[in-house]
Amino acid sequence: MNGFPLLTLLTVLPVVGAAVALFSGKHARGVALTTTLAGLALALTVWTKLPADGSIGLVERAAWAPSLGIEYHLGVDGLGALMLVLSAIVTLMSVDAAHRVHRQPGLYFALVLLLEAGLFGSFTALNFFHWFLFWELSLIPAFFLIKLWGGAKRGPAATQFFVYTMAGSVALLLAFLAVFLSTGSMDFERLTTMAATGALEQAVTAHLGPVMMWLAVGVLAGFAVKVPLMPFHTWLPAAYSEAPSPVTMLLTGAMSKMGVYGLLRIALPLFGHQIAQIRTPLLTLAVLTVVMGAWAAAAQKDLKRVFAYSSVNHLGYCLLGIFAIAVPATGTAAQTSQAAALNGVILQMFNHGVTAAALFWFVAMLQERSGGERGIDHFGGLRKPAPVLAGLMGIALFSSLGLPGLNGFVGEFLIFRGVFPLTWVAASISILGLLVTAAVILTVIQKVFTGPLPEKWANFTDMHGGERLAMAPVIGLMLLIGLLPQLIVDSVNPTVVNLLAHWKF
Amino acid sequence: MNYLELFRATLPETALEIAALLVLVVDLGFLRKAALTVRAGTAALLGVAGCAAALWMVPMEPLGGLSYPGTGELLLAGGCTATAAQIGILALTALTLLLLIEAEFTRHVGEYVAVVLMAAAGGLLISAAQDLLVIFIGLELLSLGLYILTAFAKRSGASAEAAMKYYLFGGMSAAFLLFGFSYLYGITGTTSLHQIMLALYGGNAYHAAPLMYVALVMIAAGLGFKVATAPFHLWVADTYEGAPAPAAAFIASVSKVASFALLISIGTAAVHLFDGMPGKVEAVAGIHLNPQPVYLGFRNAWSELLVVLAAVSMVVGNLAALAQVNVRRLLAYSAVAHAGYILLGLAFFSYSSLSAAAILYYVLTYGLTTIGAFGVVGVVERATGSSRLDAFLGLHKRSPLLAAVLLVLFLSLAGIPPLVGFWAKFNLFAAVLSVQHSGVALVLVALAVAMSAVSLYYYLQVLKRAYVLPAVDETAIPVHPTTLAVLLLIAVAVVLLGCFPALLQGWIAGFYPGM
Amino acid sequence: MLAWTIYLSFAGALLQALLPKGRPALSRWLALAVALSGLALAVLGFAAGMPDHFARFTIVDAPWVPSMGIHYLLAADGISLVLVLLTGLAAVAGVLFSWNIEIRTNQFFAFYLALIGGVYGVFLSFDLFLLFVFYEIAIVPKYFLIAIWGSTRREYGAMKLALYSFVGSAMVLIGLLAAYAASGSRSTGLVDLAHAGLPVSFQMWAFPLVFIGFGILAGMWPFHTWAPTGHVAAPTAASMLLAGVVMKLGAYGCLRVAMSVFPHGMDPWGFTLLGIGSWRDVFALLAVIGIVYGALVALAQTDFKFVIGYSSVSHMGFVLLGLMTLNQIGMTGAVLQMFSHGVIAGLLFAIVGRIVYERTHTRQLAELETMHLSKRLPFAAWAFVIAGMASMGLPGFSGFVAELQVLVGAWIARPWWTIVAGVGIVVGVAYTWRAMQKAFFSDAPPGPHLHEPGHELAAITWPEMAGVALLGAATLAVGLYPRVLLDAIEPAVRALLAGGLQ
Repeated sequence: MNGFPLLTLLTVLPVVGAAVALFSGKHARGVALTTTLAGLALALTVWTKLPADGSIGLVERAAWAPSLGIEYHLGVDGLGALMLVLSAIVTLMSVDAAHRVHRQPGLYFALVLLLEAGLFGSFTALNFFHWFLFWELSLIPAFFLIKLWGGAKRGPAATQFFVYTMAGSVALLLAFLAVFLSTGSMDFERLTTMAATGALEQAVTAHLGPVMMWLAVGVLAGFAVKVPLMPFHTWLPAAYSEAPSPVTMLLTGAMSKMGVYGLLRIALPLFGHQIAQIRTPLLTLAVLTVVMGAWAAAAQKDLKRVFAYSSVNHLGYCLLGIFAIAVPATGTAAQTSQAAALNGVILQMFNHGVTAAALFWFVAMLQERSGGERGIDHFGGLRKPAPVLAGLMGIALFSSLGLPGLNGFVGEFLIFRGVFPLTWVAASISILGLLVTAAVILTVIQKVFTGPLPEKWANFTDMHGGERLAMAPVIGLMLLIGLLPQLIVDSVNPTVVNLLAHWKF
Repeated sequence: MNYLELFRATLPETALEIAALLVLVVDLGFLRKAALTVRAGTAALLGVAGCAAALWMVPMEPLGGLSYPGTGELLLAGGCTATAAQIGILALTALTLLLLIEAEFTRHVGEYVAVVLMAAAGGLLISAAQDLLVIFIGLELLSLGLYILTAFAKRSGASAEAAMKYYLFGGMSAAFLLFGFSYLYGITGTTSLHQIMLALYGGNAYHAAPLMYVALVMIAAGLGFKVATAPFHLWVADTYEGAPAPAAAFIASVSKVASFALLISIGTAAVHLFDGMPGKVEAVAGIHLNPQPVYLGFRNAWSELLVVLAAVSMVVGNLAALAQVNVRRLLAYSAVAHAGYILLGLAFFSYSSLSAAAILYYVLTYGLTTIGAFGVVGVVERATGSSRLDAFLGLHKRSPLLAAVLLVLFLSLAGIPPLVGFWAKFNLFAAVLSVQHSGVALVLVALAVAMSAVSLYYYLQVLKRAYVLPAVDETAIPVHPTTLAVLLLIAVAVVLLGCFPALLQGWIAGFYPGM
Repeated sequence: MLAWTIYLSFAGALLQALLPKGRPALSRWLALAVALSGLALAVLGFAAGMPDHFARFTIVDAPWVPSMGIHYLLAADGISLVLVLLTGLAAVAGVLFSWNIEIRTNQFFAFYLALIGGVYGVFLSFDLFLLFVFYEIAIVPKYFLIAIWGSTRREYGAMKLALYSFVGSAMVLIGLLAAYAASGSRSTGLVDLAHAGLPVSFQMWAFPLVFIGFGILAGMWPFHTWAPTGHVAAPTAASMLLAGVVMKLGAYGCLRVAMSVFPHGMDPWGFTLLGIGSWRDVFALLAVIGIVYGALVALAQTDFKFVIGYSSVSHMGFVLLGLMTLNQIGMTGAVLQMFSHGVIAGLLFAIVGRIVYERTHTRQLAELETMHLSKRLPFAAWAFVIAGMASMGLPGFSGFVAELQVLVGAWIARPWWTIVAGVGIVVGVAYTWRAMQKAFFSDAPPGPHLHEPGHELAAITWPEMAGVALLGAATLAVGLYPRVLLDAIEPAVRALLAGGLQ
């Protein structure tokens, strides 16, 4: 146990910040900015303190409710730490972008900070109980952020979002209850070890009969809704487009990662064998998510919806990578492929988080300047009046497209590099998605920034100093990772190796 | 038997009669010109003094009672039930007299007190009586007094009507009783309770069994009338409604105590029929040890009769009370219900003094509570001119103390712990089940408990008006300090006896050596 | 020391009754002082039990009615301590939420404190008789509290509640009398009766009788119908106490009396009918039906308070289900759920009945929809969100740990119970959700009165904030650190299980 409870501090910090923000009225955004900056600093500290061998470090343990197998058990490895950093960055961006909240700002920022606490908590938890606690905790503020500050159809959107995710949670909870009933434990590490030796399946089968596959499906369903995997994605476009843009940034930048993270931390370690058995249908769905996401994005006229579907598409690559890994490795080549794919998945999580958040931020800027307009066809030729905006947004868009040299490329490349040897059919079809996405992104660039400038946008203002200052580090980060991916990969790779060593398919 | 013994055995009764004469002399002789309140106060105080004197004399009665010269059979019992019941009767009589102080229903307060005292003397006689003739004389003495008391409000038509009904029913029931007694005498050739029981158990009476049944039904009708059990309860509601409040309180309490003491005597005689017969000790022991009741001769039939009466009373009393809109009638039907519960105790009568003590406990505390209830009703009636439920509207505003007393008393009647009414019920039902703890007894106790749950409804109807519903008239109700003191005393006693039930229990148990 | 919770409350009640009229402020502060001292005593008592691992300890043992073997026996084990603590919390919160009672204030608090005293008494009694006495003492004040200070159809609701309670207690009394007579032990001590070796055939009918008797007050389906009407009619503090504490009396009685004294009543009958082979199965079935039925009916209500009223039926089903699991984890969960529901239901009723209703004068969801309360009463809205989340059983709140334990216990006993109860949880999320949406976060067009000038809702007062904070903190504290109560409950449940139950 690390002497200093850094992870607890990290989780408590936003809660305290939320309490302060709630009562600070107009100054709430300042409080939130301070808190998120401090959170980012702490997250980076965690990142630097990771054990070199990729195992779980900074462990904190305390007995909680022994009769229920509940223990306060925290710890992070490269995966968790990267997610912490991502959450901190995305939240900071979101708070930064939310300078236009005039109604109940105290409440707004308190909720945002609470959501951050939920993210931090769920990325550090190693016991199902409080992992689930934070998983749910992040859901509530998100709901209210959509419900209270969203667009015209916010009511149904928020409810749909909540109901879908809640249904997924129930499936998760039930599956975990069954696991607990069979093993008496809710500890991820212990259960992972049990799963690796096959003891988990034996225990479950002995207690409940042959239901292991159902449990796997339940857990997968919980995560599939959150990511989302088609066909569980229908809540997403409405929620993303109705939520205020800063909230959408949080939703897509950080919260969707909770699902992917869950797959990596819970589903694959515990139910690897079962996932391997249903790998083909799962891969089919993942491919479907990639391709249909891209196609759907192409069909949208609303910028937010375009990016919403392109998020589905991008996270589809993560799912593709994850399901592709789920196959018994038969040789060094396969193991290398698995490692590459997993590295790619983790990188992609981070990259997509940053990029998607940035994109929605740009949408927010466009909306501010256009009086709320966000249809693709409503704009045109904006690069003339707003060259900086066009340029920076162009970088983000190209990052999203996966242009080499920008961050988006590295992750996708690694995923395809890993997936191709493992399942070339799925990989090949998914390339279709890549192409369509490219077309979509280019269409956006073309329709928004090029072409004739409509009369009404003649005095479209460019990004002002503050915005440039805020956006610069984000764009810098995209470039940095695009050029020096090893910054992340070097730290993540040991974790990947370590994870793969503990998984059994 | 010499006259000295007789005098000793009837000392309290004598004291009451002397007090009654004294009251008449003082009231008619010295206070003819005085104001009514002075006369009422003097008469009541003298009456109370008479009761106190009688109370003082109760312990002087011979412990062995009074017996026939030759046979040694008891005429009047001493100790045990008799003493406890007599003390209770005297105390309750004193309380009802105190309620008279501000009474306006009559100018003849002296006569009123005298009649009360004489009737109480009848009650004392009954509670000790062990012989059919003494029983009958005592009952008549009591009943005549009650008829007069009921009619005492001469200006009230209701009072006269009630007295007439009461008298007619009473006369009829007395006739039934006497008829039953004569059959018993015919079968057994004796008027001593103990001898009758023995004779009925013996083979000689076997052939006369049908006659005995007829006799028992007659007696049950006669005594059932006195204790107001269904189906002999038809007079109760009218009498309780029509009689002046203090008189009604007296009828509902003292007369009840006396009559139930008589029933206890009969029950005791029935289970103790072998007492004093050395050869039958093992039989006695057999009865004593056998947890199942042994139905013997009289007992068998008597129990069955009482069970039926008890069940009918509980149901009829409680259900009829539900429909009442007049608090007095409500109290009347609830009296029928309470009589039903007590009859249950009599029907399953223990060899040990358990049942007797439990019944005494019940009837004494019930008497106490009812006096208080009629006291409150009397005060309210004087202020509002009515004893209908709606007369109690907003009582908590008009007289908070009166309302509080009402709350305590009615909840006690409903059997809510920790008030004394609850202990009385519990005690009684526990005694019943200790005699027979399965089968019929259990079903009947269940019925009784269920019926007392029903009773809560109508008691709450009164309390609801006193506390919940808005008042129509918010003027304060004046209460005479003495009346208020008496009522508060009763309420406090109901609470304290409930919180420390062992007090009264221990006191009653003290009269039963070896309990 | 714990005994003083009882005496203090009764003394407070008496004092209130004697207070001069027209001094409401004095009454309030006095009531608050009494309730707070009760809570302090409860906390101290709880802390005192800690070093001893919450083993049962006797507080007072004096002969009461020696001839009948009745003792004035007050004692406490972990279960009692937890429930006493709950009573203390609920009492303080109830006073805080009754701060606006202006008519007959002293009478209100007199009845209120009498009720509280009775409740403390039940939880601390280890003599069956004494327990029954306190149990009945708690019934009567409820009637007056509802009938005098209540709202919608208050006389009907009050009378229904009083009669249901009294019928239930009549059943208990019959069982008590019968057990007393059958045991022949001449003692009414719970422990003595449990060891009296009552015949199995006797226990077979006495158990269901007493269990139903207590179960009526616990809101057991199908005897629950008093609960919604009573809750709706009651003034806020009374409905808080009803749902928060009084329903627990019933459940506590089921556990402490029915199950402990007549454990063999839960033995199998020796035959099965439609898969039901013992009273245990019967009551578990009723509990499960209650869970689902209460939740479904709550989903269909148009009156805000009815939603909460029926939710109580559903949540109390978990308590009864937990009891019927007859295993360590399930019963521990049941006791924890008593605490949890007590706090949460109190909070919900406070918000609905006091904070919202006193300002809007309507509880119709359709009317509340047009009022946009999340903007006009943000405090109420967010307090309800927290309470609602706790009620849904989200992790981090006491309800989660409790219901999870019950479900785990039920799974161990009979898996299908868990499955059906799980459906109840899902519906529970739905109805809480629906009520929250409609009452606070609706987007419906504003009603006409919104535009009337001067129609401002009164500001939230400090007692309301304090009450919400107290109860919210309680459910959160237990949710985040359940061991604080589990450490007390577990040994007591273990002792119960070892001492006769199976």
